[in-house]
Amino acid sequence: MINEPLSASRRLDIIRHKGRPTALDYIPMIFDEFFELHGDRLCGDDRAIIGGVASFHGTPVTVIAEVKGRDLEENQQCNFGMPHPEGYRKALRLAKQAEKFHRPIICLVDTPGAYPGVEAEKRGQGEAIARNIMEFMMLKTPVISIILGEGGSGGALALAVCDELAMLENSLYSVISPKGFASILWKDASREREACDIMKITAEDLVRLKVCDRVIPEADGGAHNDPQLTAENISAYISESLQNLQRKFQKGLDEMLNSRYNKFRVVGDFDEFPHSDTQPSDNAAE
Amino acid sequence: MMQFDEFFSVVRQRLGSDKGDESSKKKTDIPAGLLFKCPRCRSVTFIEEFERNGKVCPNCNYHSRLTARERLRITADDGSFREFDRKMISKNPIDFPGYDAKQKELREKTGLNDAVLTGRAKIHHEDVVLIVMDSNYMMASMGSVVGERITRAIEYATEKKLPVVAFTASGGARMQEGIVSLMQMAKTSGAVARHNEAGGLYISVMTDPTTGGVTASFASLGDIIIAEPKVLIGFAGRRVIEGTIKQKLPDDFQSAEFMLENGFVDMIVERNKMRRVLAHLIRLHRMPEIKEVGSDDK
Ligand SMILES: [Zn+2]
Repeated sequence: MINEPLSASRRLDIIRHKGRPTALDYIPMIFDEFFELHGDRLCGDDRAIIGGVASFHGTPVTVIAEVKGRDLEENQQCNFGMPHPEGYRKALRLAKQAEKFHRPIICLVDTPGAYPGVEAEKRGQGEAIARNIMEFMMLKTPVISIILGEGGSGGALALAVCDELAMLENSLYSVISPKGFASILWKDASREREACDIMKITAEDLVRLKVCDRVIPEADGGAHNDPQLTAENISAYISESLQNLQRKFQKGLDEMLNSRYNKFRVVGDFDEFPHSDTQPSDNAAE
Repeated sequence: MMQFDEFFSVVRQRLGSDKGDESSKKKTDIPAGLLFKCPRCRSVTFIEEFERNGKVCPNCNYHSRLTARERLRITADDGSFREFDRKMISKNPIDFPGYDAKQKELREKTGLNDAVLTGRAKIHHEDVVLIVMDSNYMMASMGSVVGERITRAIEYATEKKLPVVAFTASGGARMQEGIVSLMQMAKTSGAVARHNEAGGLYISVMTDPTTGGVTASFASLGDIIIAEPKVLIGFAGRRVIEGTIKQKLPDDFQSAEFMLENGFVDMIVERNKMRRVLAHLIRLHRMPEIKEVGSDDK
């Protein structure tokens, strides 16, 4: 499937390729019908996240996607794929709707991160992401998330609390953008590529770290070389995964929710052995 | 004395990182260690007076940072705190260069095993599970240990039907732990979701600074969200936003008061009233007592 693993910084070039397909390209190739539903019913309609009801080989599903523009005009509309709180709240509204009608949810993740702006802070960017994470954990319907290109931080996680996480072969999923990482830890944003290569953010890395469940192959050299083929690979994955999840779902809701919870619950790397040098000093408390 | 020094180093760090503060070092004749310079209003107070005031700026009421131990001392009933998971220490999930050594150094320096203390305690006789973050440890960023301790504490509270009180403070995700750090947001929020489902009470108290991935997870999910006056609360970093919009932000942007005004905090409570407020709120959520409307339980 994957011949030889490319470095993360090479993959960064691939996902930044001008012709890299976005959710706007994939949705019509993967779904037979798609009705976009707008707005969060609170504040507005964020174009960085689109969503709606769709048919996947005849099965009704809800699709929620982060959208990057393919040119400047599209990018101005969708804010370069950086959602505001109303985007996350729209996503949650549509997720709840999916739950009501027992539709599986398919999230397509592609964002540098949630938008860092004044209005976003005023309208509770942190709260919006937190609420999505919490609510998605309890949704009584199967959720699949697929990272298409960039999975940037909390802005990606808000659509990535799911039963199964898949990543396109060249996509990256990270706690902060490599540029942000370099500028915070080394005070030097120009060391982006170096950061990229030590952050462990490729699909293979994330499979090893038990975050990613499946890697979806792209066309040779990257999805832009054959969007249709890549879309077919995504479709094949969704078919298989939906069948698995529906089966799991039929065994019982509790089991499905437990396994979703545990998917995240087990991630962490710590020791619990007593070391002589780790005794905390005993102060007044206790 | 230990605490004094620790605290001083925090103040110094902050002064150092603040813009336009180069002059302040030269200007003062009194050794800087004896003074508290408020990062909010920039007024200068003798450290003794500042500490007598509970580390609150006497000029503008900014509630400055406390260590987790200091917070416990003013929050939990004497001797009531039983710490959970104190032997848990973090590993190095993405083999980040220097992370192990940094951890070891910080453990020795702060006497903490990571940036949060969790445990059972009583607040004015009310049983609670307490979560207290400590910004002296890597700016209380959330890595594996922080996430695991908080998750276990909430799970314990859910099982024992106890309320959770979390004093949050954090610079956000712990970048040295990469994606594993991001997943702690899902883990802790998932535990809150289950606590909710079981009908448990969760009060989040935002202290200075509550930002990034902690704001975007369990800190913002309390049934009741309290903030200390004048503290910093936000998602994105101020400098990041200023860089994006290419202009300076007003001083009160991302303050507790800003969050209250915008509807993301229930109330602002001063430090010296916090215990009483928490105890009363917990009492009001204790089901059996609520049946006797108007009865004053003492
Ligand atoms: Zn002040």
